[in-house]
This record gives sequence, structure tokens and C-alpha cells, in this order.
Amino acid sequence: MQGNEAVVEGAIRAGMRFYAGYPITPSTEIAELCAEKLPFVGGKFIQMEDEIASMAAIIGASLAGLKAMTATSGPGFSLMQENIGFAAMAEVPCVVVDVQRMGPSTGMPTSPAQGDVMQSRWGTHGDHSIIVLSPSSVKEAYYVTIQAFNLSEKYRTPVVILMDEVIGHLRETVNLDEYGDIEIIERKIPEDIENYLPYKDIENGVAPLIPFGKGVRYHVTGLVHNEKGLPTNDTKIAERLIKRLVDKIEKNKEDIVMYKEKGEKEGDILFISFGSTSRAVEAAEEELKKEGFKVGIFRPITIWPFPDTRLRKIYPKFRKIFVVEMNRGQLYYEVDRVVKREGEVENINKANGEFFTPCEIVEKVKERIKNGF
Amino acid sequence: MASRLVEEYFRKETLPNIWCPGCSNGIVTMAIVRAIDNLKIGKDKVVVVSGIGCSSRASGYLDFNTLHTTHGRAIAFATGVKFANPELTVIVITGDGDNAAIGGNHFIHAARRNIDITVVMYNNHIYGMTGGQASPTIPRYDKATTAPYGSIDRDFDICKLAIGAGATYVARGTAYHVQQLVKLIEKGISHKGFSFIKAMSICPTYYGRRNKKGSPADMLKWLKDNSIDINKAAKMKPEELEGKIIIGEFVNIEAPEYTEEYQKMVERLKVSVK
Ligand SMILES: Cc1ncc(C[n+]2csc(CCOP(=O)(O)OP(=O)(O)O)c2C)c(N)n1
Ligand code: SF4
Ligand SMILES: [Mg+2]
Repeated sequence: MQGNEAVVEGAIRAGMRFYAGYPITPSTEIAELCAEKLPFVGGKFIQMEDEIASMAAIIGASLAGLKAMTATSGPGFSLMQENIGFAAMAEVPCVVVDVQRMGPSTGMPTSPAQGDVMQSRWGTHGDHSIIVLSPSSVKEAYYVTIQAFNLSEKYRTPVVILMDEVIGHLRETVNLDEYGDIEIIERKIPEDIENYLPYKDIENGVAPLIPFGKGVRYHVTGLVHNEKGLPTNDTKIAERLIKRLVDKIEKNKEDIVMYKEKGEKEGDILFISFGSTSRAVEAAEEELKKEGFKVGIFRPITIWPFPDTRLRKIYPKFRKIFVVEMNRGQLYYEVDRVVKREGEVENINKANGEFFTPCEIVEKVKERIKNGF
Repeated sequence: MASRLVEEYFRKETLPNIWCPGCSNGIVTMAIVRAIDNLKIGKDKVVVVSGIGCSSRASGYLDFNTLHTTHGRAIAFATGVKFANPELTVIVITGDGDNAAIGGNHFIHAARRNIDITVVMYNNHIYGMTGGQASPTIPRYDKATTAPYGSIDRDFDICKLAIGAGATYVARGTAYHVQQLVKLIEKGISHKGFSFIKAMSICPTYYGRRNKKGSPADMLKWLKDNSIDINKAAKMKPEELEGKIIIGEFVNIEAPEYTEEYQKMVERLKVSVK
């Protein structure tokens, strides 16, 4: 199975019944497979006129009661940003897949990159928090997609799946039975719909979302709004709203973050990488181990919010930290923020549309430590 | 009558509205409410989706399922709502900037799909919300803050665009001819397919003042004096129709509707798989 296909399988498993999208390499297979499969599971597929409309349509569909998704790559992800902000502000669950390609602009459409790390965090304007997940294998793409839907429902937020061309097009065997009893979070309709307040701070900072047409009429807007959803210019309400939108994610970080660790728990080198890059890093780790280095790997699956609590625990036991990513250094800034040791975080970057080889990672590491740690 | 409608269909706590005295947004919004009331479709299954602008603020005042979206994108959001649950009656409230400028592409494609949505465009020739800049529907040589010497753009007939794109119900009414406007909206909502109603409106604050159109009453009277019913217009010469607003129904035809076609496809697939 291909990475993009695993996303579709995971989404359908999670209950996705609405897909709106616009074709773009290297994400197109996701749209094509949704067009093929959704009619058979009671789902809806629509090819929209652009990515702005795609994002709008999935928000509309989600409010009408269906779990909804769109997929794109850099140029389309840029177009979606305004409406991603709308989904964050209006707290509409939805899943956006960005299969990253090399940019900026049209860049190299068929070449991999991880250049959208910061865009996925801050692409839309204004203060907000968002959840971004990045799988590093086909199997994990399936799992992460299910979790993306679960988190989007639980926290009423857009969730971004930050893939890259390598994972999107990679073929690996996956045994879906392994996830036989995986939990799927469904929307709960509260019993007391009389007094329903769509924007009340209840569980985890969010109220349940009752779809349109169920007899509870309320307002949804991108304007600052009160608990009923009605617009207001009250600065106190604005303050409370923005704080709640950020807190519902940041304060529940420990529930949201996923990461994997590999290799030594202490030693010389700690690698930090995500997505497809971490596969080259794993091979580099093997190599360096043979040469006598003690190496550990920290791989965030949840990139935003960044698993900083965990990283803070493990990094002091290593002498040097290398952030490896297919860009000019983006997650690096987040790691550097967390690691409070001057000059200890190094970045290993590549942004020419070519995938890392383990050899070049090994070489770069050796070069940086040739004068000792 | 009006007070019953306000009681029944407006969210009292949101009133008074933000509109300027003399603005026709209230008249057009009331026409939509009357149309819904006449059709007896109830409030729970109605979804009103709007974009951004003075006109688009209407959704917040109305006691339906309401969705106030981003600038120009109301129709794309509405497409998601309608396609996800075709049982809902979906009405889009939009402005001339919202729908004819930034949202033009969504308008074209929703018309092309003939998805069962009713779009009411409040046409006041300018961007009211941002202070009176020119919109694509500003009459040639009229003034706006961004057209201080008169707009050099050619006149743009968005009803013709709607027809060309495949809308199956297209009509134009005015804020003066309220009875007719209500009927046009009613028919648009009842019509299966993409319906577009252009409601000629007035913005005394910006368009009126800048173009010396007089008081709100003068502006409404201007709408009255310069509108010609489509049936009457059919018998008139082009020179006589110069600068006139033709009102009434332009198109009312049947064609396959998007959400129904999708459902038919699903049924066909079920059979072919068996
Ligand atoms: C993407 C974006 N661009 C610009 C704006 C600023 N803006 C708000 S309303 C508006 C124009 C509204 O004009 P129209 O649709 O005619 O509505 P009216 O106020 O005249 O009823 C603009 C440009 C915005 N909100 N979003
Ligand atoms: S600015 Fe114009 S369109 Fe806006 S509320 Fe005032 S009169 Fe109406
Ligand atoms: Mg306008």
C-alpha cells in the first residue's frame, strides 16, 4: 500500500464521509482514491474549483455533521490558510493533509521537502494553536490519520497531517488487522440541547458540536464571538476566547503529543527528525553505532504542539543534538527553544528536492564533531 | 406582520443591527424572511450562509442555522453544507463585492454544478463595510472612494454571468419592489437547482452620498422610477432601456441537480456491484 492510500484507508476507518479537494502533486492519489471509495461507504466526494473552496466545503460539511477531509501540497496549502484560520476560530473539526513538495512557489512539484513545518504552525493569521502530525511510514500514515480525526473531534480543531512526497508515494506492506480495536471518537450530542451553548468552555475547553439541522439553531462566525457564537467587540470576551482556543491545545498537550524514541538513552549524539527524513536518520544511527558512537533518536510524530516536556527530559543526557530536516532549518528553531544549552543544537539540512542519504548524514555529523564535542 | 416575523425569525439579543439608518439591507433581509415564512419550511432545516460585508452580517440576526464565513467564500461553504446533508434548505446571503469580485469563481462553479442553493446578492454597487470602494457592479462613470474620478470599468451584468454559467433560476428585484422581491426569493428557494436573485439595494452612506443620489427615500424612488418589468422591457427598444434596471425572472428551467445526481450515481453503483 502507498502512503497516500494509507491516509485514505485510515480516514475512512476513522469515519471520514466527506472529501473536497483540488488536484496537486504529490497528493492527488488521495483525491482519486476518495472519489473511488467514498460512494461505496455512504460518503461524498466533490472536486472543487480550488483549494480555498475545498477548505470551505469541508468546514461546511463538518458543520452539517460529516467527518471531512481535504488533501493538498504547498501551493494549495497556502491557499487554504485563511479558511484553516476560520476552522480554528469557529472550532470546526476537519483534517487537512499537506503532502509536502519542494518550494517556495511551484518549486519542484515531484520532489520531496519538509519546508512547510512553520507554515503548518503559523500559516494562518492571528494567535491560535493547531495540531500537526507527521508520519514516517505507510503504516504510521494510516494510524496517524485515524488519530488526526480523533483529535479534531475531541478538541474541535483543524488537524494537519504533514506528509512528504517520500511517505506519500512510498509502498510498504501494512497489516490493517493490527489496528482492529483502535478507538474512534465520534461526535456526542448532549442530552440537554435546550440550553446548548456551542462555544462554552466545558470538557477540555470545548463544548460538543451539534450539527446543523438537528433542532438547535446557533451562529458560527470567524468574528470574535460569545458562548452562543454571536459576534461581540467585548475585549474581555475576546481575551477569554483566544486564551481558550490556545489553551485547549497547549494545556492538553500531554494527551495530544506522540513521539518515538530509539537507540541509546544517553550518549554522544541525539538525532531529532520527523517524517521520511527519520528513516535516513535511523540508517545513519546504525552506521555511527558501528563506529562506536552512542546515538539516540527522538522522533516527534506530533510536531505541533511540540513534545517539549519529553525532549527536556532526555536531551541533557546527550553531548550534541542534531536536528535533521529537508529544509533550511525550521523544527530546529523549536528544538533550540527547548534546549537551554548554548550552541548545542546543530542542524543538518537539505533543500534541493533530493532525499537524504544516510551517508551524508554520517559525514556531516563527523565533520561537525571532528574537533570533539 | 413585520413584528410577528421579527419575533419569530430574528435573534432579539442581536438587535439593533449595525446597519446605517436608511440602508436597504433590512428590507432585503426581511424579504428573505417573508419568503421563508410563506414557504412554511420552519427554522430548523434552514441554513443561512453568508460571506463578509455589511449585507453578509444579516446571518447573525436570523434565528436559523447560520454560518458567517470568510470574504467571498460563502457559496463554497454552502456547497459543503448542502452536499453533506441535502435535506437542508441552504440560502446564501452575499454582497456585490463578496460575490462578484472575490467570490466570483465559486459563484460560477456552483451555478455550473446546479447545486440546490439559493443565492441572494445585495447589490449596492460598492463595498459598504470597508467604506465605499468600487465593486465590480458599479455603474460606469459612477464614483467611489477608489474611483474618485468615476469608474472606468465597463458595466457588468452578473445575471448574465449566472445564466452563462448554468444557473437554472435567475431573477432580479429591488429593495423598492418588495412584494415582487419576496416572490422571486420564494420561487428561488422552491426551485430545485442553483438559484440566483440579485437584489438592487441602496447604500445611502457611501454610494448615495458620493454620487449625490439624495436621501434614502430619493434612492428608493430612483429604483422605482428606473426599473422596468421584464415583460414590458421585451417590447421596448434598446435605446429606451439604456440605464434601466430590468426586473423579474430571467431564467427558470429544470436541469439535473448536483446532490441528486451524486445520489443516482451511488444507486447505480450499488446495482452494478450486485
Ligand atoms: C480576504 C479579505 N479581503 C478583504 C476583506 C475586507 N472586506 C471586508 S467587507 C469587504 C467588501 C464587502 O463588499 P460587499 O460584498 O459588496 O458587501 P457590502 O458591505 O457592500 O454589503 C471587504 C473588501 C476581507 N474581510 N477579507
Ligand atoms: S455602509 Fe452602506 S451598505 Fe453598509 S450599512 Fe451603511 S448604508 Fe448599508
Ligand atoms: Mg456591496
